[in-house]
Order: sequence, then C-alpha cells, then structure tokens
Amino acid sequence: MDLVEKKLSAKDFATDQDVRWCPGCGDYSILKQVQSIMPELGIPREDIVFISGIGCSSRFPYYMETFGMHSIHGRATAIASGLKATRPELSVWLVTGDGDALSIGGNHLIHLIRRNFNLNVLMFNNEIYGLTKGQYSPTSPEGAITKSTPMGAIDHPFNPLALVMGADSTFAARTMDRDPKHQREILMRANNHHGTSFVEIYQNCNVFNDGAFEVFTEKSSKKSNTLFLEQGKPLIFGENDQLGIKLEGFRPVVVNIAENPELINELWVHDERDRVKASILTRFFDQPGFDGALPRPFGVFYVEDRYCYEEAMSHQIETAVQQKGKGDLNKLLAGNETWTIE
Amino acid sequence: MNNSPVLEEKQSVTILFAGDSGDGIQLTGSQFTNTAALLGNDISTFPNFPAEIRAPQGTLAGVSGFQLHFGSIEINTPGDNCDVLVVMNAAALKANLKQLKPGGTIIANTDGFDSKNLKLAKIDEANNPLKNNSLSQYKVIEVDVTKMTRECLKDSGLGTKEMDRSKNMYVLGLIYWIYNRDMEVSRNFIKEKFKKRPDLIEANIKTMEAGYNFGETSETFNARYEVKRAKQEPGVYRNIMGNQATAIGLVAAANQSGLNLFYGTYPITPASDILHELSKHKNFGVKTFQAEDEIAAICSAIGASFGGSLGVTASSGPGIALKTEAIGLATMLEIPLVIVNVQRGGPSTGLPTKTEQADLLQAVYGRNGECPVPVVSACSPSDCFDMVFEACRIAVEHMTPVFFLSDGYIANGSEPWKFPNAENLPSFKPNFAKARTDEEAAAVKFLPYKRDEKLVREWAIPGTKNLEHRIGGIEKENETGNISYDPDNHELMVKIRQAKVDTIADFIPLQELDNSANEANTLVLAWGSTYGSIRTAVRELIAEGYPVAHAHVRYMNPFPKNLGELMAKYKNVIIPEINNGQLIRLLRDKYLVEAIPFNKIKGMPFSVEEIKNKVIEVIGN
Repeated sequence: MDLVEKKLSAKDFATDQDVRWCPGCGDYSILKQVQSIMPELGIPREDIVFISGIGCSSRFPYYMETFGMHSIHGRATAIASGLKATRPELSVWLVTGDGDALSIGGNHLIHLIRRNFNLNVLMFNNEIYGLTKGQYSPTSPEGAITKSTPMGAIDHPFNPLALVMGADSTFAARTMDRDPKHQREILMRANNHHGTSFVEIYQNCNVFNDGAFEVFTEKSSKKSNTLFLEQGKPLIFGENDQLGIKLEGFRPVVVNIAENPELINELWVHDERDRVKASILTRFFDQPGFDGALPRPFGVFYVEDRYCYEEAMSHQIETAVQQKGKGDLNKLLAGNETWTIE
Repeated sequence: MNNSPVLEEKQSVTILFAGDSGDGIQLTGSQFTNTAALLGNDISTFPNFPAEIRAPQGTLAGVSGFQLHFGSIEINTPGDNCDVLVVMNAAALKANLKQLKPGGTIIANTDGFDSKNLKLAKIDEANNPLKNNSLSQYKVIEVDVTKMTRECLKDSGLGTKEMDRSKNMYVLGLIYWIYNRDMEVSRNFIKEKFKKRPDLIEANIKTMEAGYNFGETSETFNARYEVKRAKQEPGVYRNIMGNQATAIGLVAAANQSGLNLFYGTYPITPASDILHELSKHKNFGVKTFQAEDEIAAICSAIGASFGGSLGVTASSGPGIALKTEAIGLATMLEIPLVIVNVQRGGPSTGLPTKTEQADLLQAVYGRNGECPVPVVSACSPSDCFDMVFEACRIAVEHMTPVFFLSDGYIANGSEPWKFPNAENLPSFKPNFAKARTDEEAAAVKFLPYKRDEKLVREWAIPGTKNLEHRIGGIEKENETGNISYDPDNHELMVKIRQAKVDTIADFIPLQELDNSANEANTLVLAWGSTYGSIRTAVRELIAEGYPVAHAHVRYMNPFPKNLGELMAKYKNVIIPEINNGQLIRLLRDKYLVEAIPFNKIKGMPFSVEEIKNKVIEVIGN
C-alpha cells in the first residue's frame, strides 16, 4: 500500500451524514476511537473498507469516510470473505453486533474465523436487540427481562470469546466503550494482527439495556471486577491491586497478595500465545458480586500466527500457473478430444 | 468366417445402458459417446441416476441409466425410445423395458437374473423374464458377463470384487463390436484413468477386448450395424456437457471482459459439477470458494463483485431459495452478479436428480419488494456456454444481478459442439469509475448512483482514490446513494430500477423462429431444455405437411422486444413446459395472449412423440 501523502486526521474519516444513534449510545465512543486510529494506520482511505450487517452497530459504515457496505443481517462476514479473497491488499473492517454476529450470522462467523481471512471484526456486544426495540439477544443473561421475555430469558447465553476460541481464532480480544485508551490499544493490535482479529466491545445500550456492563465500566466497581491483561504480566486486580489469579491445576483461584505477599511469584503470568490458558481466560465469565468471583478480563486473550485463506488461495493460483502455464482459452474451449468435419 | 454377420447401415440408434448405480453405467455410456462423437456421429445423451450414491444393489431404486442417441442425421434429443437395452440385472430390465422399441434388442447379463437378483427386483422366480417367453417380441441376447469377466481375469491376481468392477468394460467391448467401432479412444481413457495402477489398466483393456471378441466369435449375432458420420457443418468439434459448458462460458466471459472470476458456491445436485470443473482451472486465475452455506456462497460473490471481480454463484432450486435475500441486496447495490440455477424437480428437496423447469417464476419474481432481475436460459448443453456468457455480459454492462437458468437435463446431457475460437468471442468492458485528484474531488462530489443513458451507474471499487462512498440494502437517495426514507424518492428509485432492467431489451437480440412451415398458423413457443424434442418434432411435422412453426425463448426477462408481435401472427400458440405452466403466465401477463399450455411434470423431458401429438391435436381442432 502507498504511503499517505498528506497526514490525515480523525476528521478526514467522518462523513457528511448525521450520526443517528440514540443520544448517550456507547456506539459514539467506539466511532470516535475508530476514526481517531485510522490516520495512524498509514493506509490510504480508499484502501479501507467497512462492512456491516444489520443492527444499530451496522450503521457504522455510513459514518466512515472510506469505502463501505451496509449489507444484510448476519452476512457481512461472508461478504467480507469474498472481498478479501479477491482483494487481499485492502484493509477490511467488519462491524457487527451480538445479534448480527452470533444469532443470524453465527454460522458465517465461525467459518470466517477458522479460515482466518486477514481482517478485523468489531463485535459491539450490548446483550440486547436495540434496532428492533428491545428483545433479548444471544448474549443476554439467563433470566433477562426483555420485551420478548416478560418472565425472563430461558436461553443460556453465548460466551463470545469462548465461542471464537472454539473456532480456532488467531486473535481474540475484549475491550469496552467506556475506556477509550484501552479501546485504541486493542484496535491497533487488531489492525496489526495478520489474520482474523476478533474484538468484542462491551457497549452500553442506554435505551433498552442500560447499565448491562456498569459493574465493569463504572469507576466505583471497575477495579474490583475487571482484569486488564498485559503480556508477560501477572494477573492482578482489585481496588488496590490486592488480588491476583493463581492456577491450581487448570482451576483459576483468586488469592489476596496484600495479605500473602509471598504468593506474588505464584501468580498466573499472562501469555497471549498460550491457547490453553487463553481458553481458561475466556471462561472468566462469572456474574460479579459473590465472594471469590473471577474478574472479567479485558485485553488480548490470544494471538497465533497462522496462514490466511486469501494468501493460500493466491498461492494455489500461482502454483497452477507455474505447473500448467497461464490459462489458454483456446485450449480450454477445445478440451481433450476434438474431431474435424470436412 | 463363414457365418460372418452382415453389416447393416442405420441412420440413428438409441442405446440405453442400465444397471446398478455401482455398475459403472455412466462410464460405459460416456465412453461409447466419446467414441461415437470422434467418429463424426451427431449425438445426444441423457444420464438418469438415482439420488443415492449407492442405493441398495439389485433393487429398482438402485437402477442407473445412460441413454445415448447417435446418428448420421441431425440428432437433437437422447431419443424417445431405445433400439438396444443393455441390462446388468433384473431390476434394470424391469425399470426400463417400457423404453424399448418393439422388436428392439436386449442384451442381458444373465448373472443379474439369478434368484437373488430376481427377488431384489421383486420378480417371482417362476416369472424370470429371460425364461418365461415374455420377451418374445424382442431380440434377447444373453451373456453371462460376470462369469466371462472373471474367467478373463482369472490370472490377473485381482480379487473377485475388483474383477467384477470390470464388468462394464466387457459390455462396452461387446457394444463396440456390434456397432463396428474402434476401441482406441477407450484404451487411451483407461490408460489415463488408471495410470497409477498398471494391473487395472491391463484388466480393463483385456476385459473390453474379451467383450469385443465375444461378439466376433460367438455367432450369437447375425448382424452388425454401421452408423455413418453425420452431415454436420464443417469445423472442429468436441463433445460437451451442459455444466462443463457453463463453467467454460464463465471462464471465457471473465477472459473477454478482463475481469477476475470468483465463484462462490455450496455443493448441490445437479450444480456441483460446475464447481468441480472450475476448480481445475486455477491457472486462469479463477477463484473458487466452497462456502459454508448457500447464503455465504452468494454473499461472498457479492463481496467479490463489490471489489471489482466477476462474482458468480450457483445452485439448484432449494439453494436459490436461500440466496433470495442476497439477490435483493445485489439489486439494491447495483453491482454485477451472475446467479446460476441448474433446476431440478421441486419444491423443497423435490427430485434432486431429475429435471424440471419450475424455477422460472422464482427467478423472475421470487424476492421481497419490487426487485426486477434479468433472466436468461439455455436450451441445450452447448447453449449453456453462450447464455452464461450473455448473463455475464448483461450483469457487467448493466450493473445488475442476472439469473442464468439451466436444468438437470442439459446440465448432465451432452452433445457435439462446434466450439468457438477465443479470437472470435465478443468482448465487453466493465465501466469502472476512474480515480480523482484531490482537486477534482473537492470541485465535484462523487455520486455513486449517477447513471448513464442506459440508467447504469459506474462500478466504483475500493482502492480507487477519492471515490470513497457507502452503499447498502436500505433505500438510497437518487444519485448520492445516501439513506433515504423519502416517499417520493422510494417510488422514483423503484421505477428507475425497473426501467433499468426493461432497457436491457434494447441490448439483446430479437426473437427468431427456429423453424417454420410456409404458411404456419400454429407456433410452438418454449424455453430451456425442451428445445431438442421440439426442434425434432416440429421438423418432422413440417415434413409431414403441418402448418407449424417453432420459436425458443432464451431471454426470459426482459423478453425480446418483438415477442408479442411474433406470437400475434399465429392462430394457435402452444407452450410446452416441464412444469405446471410458468412461461405461459409471464406471456399472458405481459401480452394478454391466449396461449395453450402443454405441461409435463414427471421429472423427465418431453418425448418427440408427445410434442407431435399435442400439435396435431391442436391443429386438428
């Protein structure tokens, strides 16, 4: 890709369209962070494509001054696969929500991830259907009272990161709308990863599911209930960084390092290349509030280097050309056997 | 030899090979086809196989057939009835005897008529057709193929199971002898197919030669037949199957437009062979993508088209149903996309391996909202090449999804094809929007939905400087493409999209007659794979003095501009279709024409006889 001639700013990535999310929606914060990291990628605007499905989050491409497609429900993944297969040089960003990605588009998502196209998936998780005005989503917790579940949801929810790890994700991360700094960092990491980068973003729907992630995002409770992952650093959290995670076999337990400083050396040290540990981390999915509850992790859970589908596809074509020579249409038309009528 | 059989000349012969789906029937048939074609016969073939890969052996459900019609005259159909019926077992005879002409020849593998096989075919042992005289009106030639094959291969070192796999070669050799054919084509084929197994090369060739020699020495036969070269237009020919022609047509269209071909699909009978064929041609830059489902298949093709490739997806009826929403998206986006539907019997799973023309209304109307999509159809195996090429041309030149309809009959059928030279193929150019300088971009806003006189927009693909824009499935404002819920704008856009498709009528050929009597008052108007039988039927009727004409429609939406005018010239318009009446509805709707339906919905094509009888009945009234 060519270097950008003039330095672009976040403003250059905003369109002339009015942003039409509800006032106070978490999407605004994500849009702002995405627009602000774009100039730093060093990619010309015309080489960037945003593709979305249907849902509140899927309006995103209309607000990005890049190429964009607002497609149909759940299928942005499949459309992006075809685009990336044929235009590997483009920087492709997929914007989706919990309903779009995990319900109607669940099948395409897992296949996208196993194929490992080199693109970025930003899944805004608000645990609700917003655009259709308040039905429960595949990430809504059991018992969620919504318009379609007046007696509480009986569906067991998906754990999105556990799901993508099950599909052999090569990049799985989580961040939140209320932490712009962390968001930026994760978005940059996602962009730099070679493969399908899956980023779950906790996003507040202040109209239909206000406060779903409050306990993780509000100052008063954030430190006690969240765990920010850093490569090579021990897993420490708590109001005064007094708690840590230790692995007992495959079982993570919370220990108090303020009271037992000698345990510091026994804490789990984050290694984002360790698939087994990453899988355990995705299972840090407790509903907060009880004693010994595991904190909710944020950051990059897992990274792996694996070939991308579009490269293997191009490679096969190059190999075929080497082996058989560039296709000769006349030979193809004639086939293997011909005869002549005089 | 004293009793050497006489050589009789025949104008055309139809052979039906039938046996278990595991008997290698399709291979036997296609080998004889290739040999006949190379000798210069005109040919038409039709395989007929069960949906199960290996249905229970010996049962009626497991019977697989391959019908081949070859001749020294013009051949348009695989033949209504056969002259020779080759049966590997009792079930194959029971299932196909009604196809055999009176006085026809049966070549029966006697081993397939033992008590076990009779039981499987639900025939009482006392009623063994080879023994109870019920076949007296036919010429029956009994050969114990299994025994002969095993005898011939007893020193080969192969196991019984492997030896028995060569049975079809014995039959092939025998048929070669009867029709006085050289075995060279099949020898070469066997050598190529088993190049890693020299023992199997030897076994198969030896068995085939044994079959040939049996004809020569057994004195069972008192006649051999000769079918001379057909008087075909001079030129170079090959044999082609419909799905193969579709695949090659797609590669050719990509080549002639300078576009890269992307083929997103999901396996389904009878469309999968297009994928198999295309995946062999990666050296043409063809990208084939076997998606996780039908929806992903079409969506990946939409993504590829958005990026500037020639996006193509294919399926059969049930798969097309799943793609419907995405076809609507492509219509809204106004990007090129070709949707291949190799039709089969429906609805739902229907008759996966049988043919039907019942997806025409689905193609023309089957979407939510006002969603016009151009539709073209092929009328023969080789016509798949021409018409899928046309589908690509229309898609690219008019920036629209286009349906190409084929069906199981022509997809799996084959015929000789006087194939074109690449240099003589038409070319067409994608109208890519050009990059703009910053100054140009600042001066004039880029309008992604600005149209030319054909109402076609430019193809503005990612990577083109200063053309950044957003498109989507939501109704868009005229020209800017921005979201618009304005009532007047929506009506305007619906009308524009319709007018854009209607305008295509100016860029397709006028409807021509295929054939006509001098003062015809009756027109047989049809579409798709019924072409061969109707062509033959109408030709024969004209020769017999009936005032009849034939026109075959290939552009289904929009119709050729003169179609209404053409129909108006005739007192009777008969519309034969392999469905419950679909083209006739479109024609009545558009032209208020009083046409006469003629429908068959049996998963089988029309016979020439059926068409002739219907025409005679109509003219007689």
